[in-house]
Amino acid sequence: MSVETLFALTACVLVGIGLYGLIAQPHPLRKLIAFNIMGSGVFVLFGALAKRGAAAGLPADPVPQALLITAIVVAFAATAVTVALLLRLIESTGSASLAEPPAQD
Amino acid sequence: MSAIDLWTSTDGGALLAAAVLLPFVGMLLGLLLGGRWLQRVAFVLMPLGLGLALAIAMDWFDAEGPLVYLLGGWSPPLGIALRADGASVAMMLAVAGVVCGIGAFARADFGLAPGAAESRAAFTYWLLLLAVWGALNLVFVSGDLFTLYVALELLTFAGVPLVCLAGSGETLRAALRYMLFALCGSVLYLLGAVLLYGGYGTLDMPMLADALQPEPIAMAALALMTAGLLAKTALFPLHIWLPPAHGGAPAAASAVLSALVIKGSWFLVLRLWLDVMPGVASAQAAQLLAGLGAAAIVVGSVVALRQQRLKLLVAYSTVAQIGYLFLLFPLAFDAAGDMALREMAATAGVLQAIAHATAKAGMFMAAGLVYARLGHDRVDELAGAARALPLAVAAFLIGGLALMGVVPSGAYLAKKLLLASADESGQWWWSWVLQGGAAFTAGYVVLIALRVFARPAAPLADLKPVSLLSQWAALGLAVASLLLSLAAVWGPLPGELLAKAFSLEELGTMGLLFGVGALLAAALARRPLLGNSGGGAVRPGFAGLGTVFEAGDRLVRQWASAMLALLLVAGACGWLLTRA
Repeated sequence: MSVETLFALTACVLVGIGLYGLIAQPHPLRKLIAFNIMGSGVFVLFGALAKRGAAAGLPADPVPQALLITAIVVAFAATAVTVALLLRLIESTGSASLAEPPAQD
Repeated sequence: MSAIDLWTSTDGGALLAAAVLLPFVGMLLGLLLGGRWLQRVAFVLMPLGLGLALAIAMDWFDAEGPLVYLLGGWSPPLGIALRADGASVAMMLAVAGVVCGIGAFARADFGLAPGAAESRAAFTYWLLLLAVWGALNLVFVSGDLFTLYVALELLTFAGVPLVCLAGSGETLRAALRYMLFALCGSVLYLLGAVLLYGGYGTLDMPMLADALQPEPIAMAALALMTAGLLAKTALFPLHIWLPPAHGGAPAAASAVLSALVIKGSWFLVLRLWLDVMPGVASAQAAQLLAGLGAAAIVVGSVVALRQQRLKLLVAYSTVAQIGYLFLLFPLAFDAAGDMALREMAATAGVLQAIAHATAKAGMFMAAGLVYARLGHDRVDELAGAARALPLAVAAFLIGGLALMGVVPSGAYLAKKLLLASADESGQWWWSWVLQGGAAFTAGYVVLIALRVFARPAAPLADLKPVSLLSQWAALGLAVASLLLSLAAVWGPLPGELLAKAFSLEELGTMGLLFGVGALLAAALARRPLLGNSGGGAVRPGFAGLGTVFEAGDRLVRQWASAMLALLLVAGACGWLLTRA
């Protein structure tokens, strides 16, 4: 198995774990971690693609790495904002539940 | 495409960079100078930004093709290009106009009177308003898919805190749900973009458009990106976060969220399907998008008619109107399945988006004003509101009329273009959906009109004062939506589109739509439309139907079902793309 295939398979596994967590885990913090795992899968895939897309004479295509670092920063910012929201939610309601209270009809 | 050079800066291209930077410069200045200065900066920037958008529109009018600006003079694929075509220019102009209107409205709620103490909510509001504006401008002019990813994330990060400005537990929960679901959408979008880079080695949109082949990697990418963007746009059944978020935020923030924020991701779906991947997109997959749109119209409208609070009614009306925005996709294809009617569909889509942005901003503001004046916004207790608050009620009703497509509103022209396209391509079923959507909209206009003009049992007491400027801002935006097609015809669209606007046939259709709408409202409203009794044996049946729709809506807005729906939409879209 080539290194690229290994990377691609790892990416698939990570995206799969992340998706499962996003669907099945009720706690928002676990959902957030699942989002990060899924995001990492996408980043690993992007890294592996850099090898495949290598242009004239370079060992690898540098563009994905530049884009990757931006995507990681964006994901980090998203995580920070979400944690801040979650903390405020717990502070204000005493629970981290995302379920809507029953409709008041 | 090759006739026009898309990889050299044009005259006026630098204005595009300025339009993106201006709001962000305002944010930084506000952060440096502090709360009291931020709103002054914002009020200076709003007319400046509007002027800038006008200047861009003039330059675009004079130029033969799109405006282009290469950042730092670097050419794609290594560099990043900003480009503006007709759709981007129209959207930028509309957003600048709506931001000015919302800013004028928000002055009463979030403006600081001299001597008043600074508040965190006010400071945050102006920062976020500017951020939404800058991010949207970036969405409209970005030339490559990765810059678009960053722009969409900026838009989400600016939109989410707007939901929970009030800081209550309920709004925080709505904001968190919005954030998490939008993040799922962005991962799917990013995955699609990564696949495209892997397949074609560039993310520049015109370069991709030239290189793309209808092969599995492009189809998978399009399906993933579309599903991700639908989650951010909140197309049914992915509207998990929209009603609590738009219904719970302060009126000035709801107007931003409903009128502007969702248009960013919708615009990108339009770009992807019609500009970047016309060779990959297929008529069958487009039927899926419009089918979800039709479902959104029915469910959103029925649930809207069942709402007890005016603001939630407007929020569910947004769910329905988002569906309307997706009806254009199959109508870009002709009967043979080629994308021959692209121009007509894209024009109709942009018109509808602008019509909704202006009208819905006005309607949310009006709902907020009603709440402020009466101290509540319960639909069943609005009797006398028309006398207590004539300008805001007028804004609400005019906005509703504009949305249902009364001549000469923008929605009228959009519907006309789409109907013509449905005729030409033989897709008669979408004509029914288009007219049905208008009838549903007429339904809640009739419902609210009857409620606000009803005579109150006792004279309304304890009315709070509301700002006159806010009322005029709401009315101004609603009237802008009503007159939009005049502006469009005065601008780039041919004048004969409005030639038969006042013919007997058009007026007859309009009357029929009102009639059907009134029947729908009478059948589905929580309380009989006129008086306190009536309806006989028919109403309980319809009320039962309404309850079923409400239960269905609650079910699809569960987290797990929404996530599964997201994956299903991506899968179905991909499967339909491969069948072309």
